[in-house]
Amino acid sequence: MDTFLGLDYQTLWFLVVGGVFTGYAILDGFDLGAGALHLFFNKETSRRIALNAIGPVWDGNEVWLVIGGGALFAGFPAVYAAVFSAFYIPFMLFLTVLIFRAISIEFRSKEQMPWWRAMWDVCYCLSSATIAFLLGVVLGNLLLGIPLDANGNFTGTLLYFLNPYSVMVGITTLSLFMMHGAIYLVMKTEDRLYAKLTIMVRNTTIFFSISVLLLSFYTLLYIPHLTNAIRNNNWMFFIPVAMVFAIANITRMVAKRQYRYAFISSSVTVSLLLIIVAVELYPNMVISTISAQNNLTVYNSSASNKSLGILLTVAAIGVPLVIAYTTFVFWTFKGKVKLDDMSY
Amino acid sequence: MDVEILSRIQFAFTISFHYIYPPLSIGLGLVMVAMEGLYLKTGNKLYENMTKFYTRIFALIFGIGVATGIVMEFEFGTNWATYSKYVGDVFGSALAAEGIFAFALESGFLGVLLFGWNKVSPKVHFFSTLMVTLGSMFSAIWIVVANSWQQTPTGYRIEGQGLNARAIITDFWAMVFNPSSVERIIHVWIGAFIAGAFLVLSISAYYILRKKYLEFAFSSFKIALIIATISSLAQLVAGHASADVVAEYQPTKLAALEGHFEKDAPADMYLFGFIDTKEGKTIGLKVPGGLSFLTHGDFSAPVKGLNNFKKEDRPGALNIVFQSYHIMISIGMFMIALTVFACWLWYKNTLFEKRWLMNVFMWSVLLPQIANQAGWFAAETGRQPWVVYKLLRTSQALSQAVTANQVIFSLILFTVVYVLLFALFIYLLNKKIKHGPTNGEDIDHSPQLKSMANEIGYSSTH
Repeated sequence: MDTFLGLDYQTLWFLVVGGVFTGYAILDGFDLGAGALHLFFNKETSRRIALNAIGPVWDGNEVWLVIGGGALFAGFPAVYAAVFSAFYIPFMLFLTVLIFRAISIEFRSKEQMPWWRAMWDVCYCLSSATIAFLLGVVLGNLLLGIPLDANGNFTGTLLYFLNPYSVMVGITTLSLFMMHGAIYLVMKTEDRLYAKLTIMVRNTTIFFSISVLLLSFYTLLYIPHLTNAIRNNNWMFFIPVAMVFAIANITRMVAKRQYRYAFISSSVTVSLLLIIVAVELYPNMVISTISAQNNLTVYNSSASNKSLGILLTVAAIGVPLVIAYTTFVFWTFKGKVKLDDMSY
Repeated sequence: MDVEILSRIQFAFTISFHYIYPPLSIGLGLVMVAMEGLYLKTGNKLYENMTKFYTRIFALIFGIGVATGIVMEFEFGTNWATYSKYVGDVFGSALAAEGIFAFALESGFLGVLLFGWNKVSPKVHFFSTLMVTLGSMFSAIWIVVANSWQQTPTGYRIEGQGLNARAIITDFWAMVFNPSSVERIIHVWIGAFIAGAFLVLSISAYYILRKKYLEFAFSSFKIALIIATISSLAQLVAGHASADVVAEYQPTKLAALEGHFEKDAPADMYLFGFIDTKEGKTIGLKVPGGLSFLTHGDFSAPVKGLNNFKKEDRPGALNIVFQSYHIMISIGMFMIALTVFACWLWYKNTLFEKRWLMNVFMWSVLLPQIANQAGWFAAETGRQPWVVYKLLRTSQALSQAVTANQVIFSLILFTVVYVLLFALFIYLLNKKIKHGPTNGEDIDHSPQLKSMANEIGYSSTH
């Protein structure tokens, strides 16, 4: 078996896929969250500022989803095939709202009529919230497991994906992104909008804390297979501890008006949540509720070692480049939003 | 209808709709690089204005392109799960490379291109425009590599059988440089350049006809005309090279393209015609032995005909293959004639005097769009019944867990959304064009040009 740094290629690519999806959650998380908060802003200028705060970066953020999908397809084709065909309807709805979100950002500013702008505002806000929720629902189903037969085919009903646990994960994801987005917006705004956002940061942080607490109780009480890894490896207990401290640090930094550090803390919270997911799932990628033998693991669903080797090379060259120009773009647009003639 | 035909219709519909936009982004990107390059070189504000104006149009096109592009990546998994498992090992690395090298580059710098005018220096801005264009060209590389591998697979071995069979990569570079990839990438790129250049030609011709923003329109027309002429001529060479690859590696497709049935007989080339699938013959205006000549340099050289192959190994929709191929070629030839004629008039200094010609150019924006779509229809329907040529049949590539009703639902959903999207796109594009280049006081009502225009016979239509 080929290894690098003591890890086999399958595990390494699992980490890469996890890393890309974490990057996606941190980056697109804030612009989805900002979108979900959009209708709470009442004035036209406030809405424009909020939209232009994510204007230059949202498209680049969304590309991380495309890369993540590609990374999953390339490294674990069987997982890609099983999950996407299992959740046919939710993914089709997801695509539709993704399209609506992109065009509402693009189209909103093209007409002056109040009804036109109001229509795209509603569309933008609802689609952002729906995307966040559906991402969580899919994650919830992966955590819970889905009925997969021996050929990796889904055998559940059409509405299987809307089970209580997955809905709970969906709500938690939405609340996490709303908090994350509010902190991002507070960094980009001034004056009265800024003041309003500081209150929204507080409210969304409370919303997230309640959601994550309930989700944790649910998981601990009813989903035993999601607690094994940390139960059996005591040292891993530091991960949930670190997460709780990261959440606490958000409120601490907000109180000190150090919003940049608050944003870093909420990014760390996002990462740690996904690390818990990865630790508890590994080496499974999709759990079958029919039989553990039908589980798709990083080993039985991966591409060949040759292919994984190529992918790791591509990632080793590509990821630093992506990070470099992502940094460049964020640095170019740092600071508070100023509207000009090219703005949305 | 069964899942197979519904899934095929859905994929064809979503990718055809998507493919309206990427060629425009690539081609318009190239025109914008030329314009902004001229601005950097000359310092002339006109070119800056031009770049800014087309940037707004670019943003609209790019936005819809991205939104409709993710759909296909998802459809591989949702509708074509068996295909995804089969090709994932090979195809995946091309798709991952596309995401990481191309999409991230273009969408990262897009922010600077659209919103960075006052944030970065002109040079850095030009660099961003260049990167967005390069990024969109790179993404064409990787997606065409992946598609070319489906046409002419190399660098793999097959493991497993039946539903569990899959292609395993053995040589990355053999996969990337499979026999058809280089020719097809160039063919696709040039098709995109033509699409972008004709959009600029069309908008400029519209302004010239309406006697608006004349200096702006004349200048952007000329820049686009240069790109359109060179690209149209180059496409003749690139297209022929692409057809040569088909002749060598995909004989069933070649036979379908020209409606050639007879076993190992000299093959004709049709200017237009119709395939009588029942009788197994083609009726139309032809150059006898033309296909033999183009592929072998000899009018009587034998070419494998459709009758050389079993019926189940031939493309099913022969007329779609034949007609779309011939539509593409006819349009290509017409665009060469049109652009070369326009260049000749430019040389004679009478380019903008022909009102009818400006009318032709205004509507010609549709030509490269139709040709690009037709070319892909010929390429993809000509590959049938295979999704991976001679390895995996389209009928065996479907998702096992998806039912016809689910696909009907999503197909209706996409149809409704895309019709709405297209209507909005045309409405907003039209509005942006009518609005014209902003903050262009210095180029707007230039009295000298107005009187010039009157002299050469333009009458104000509105």
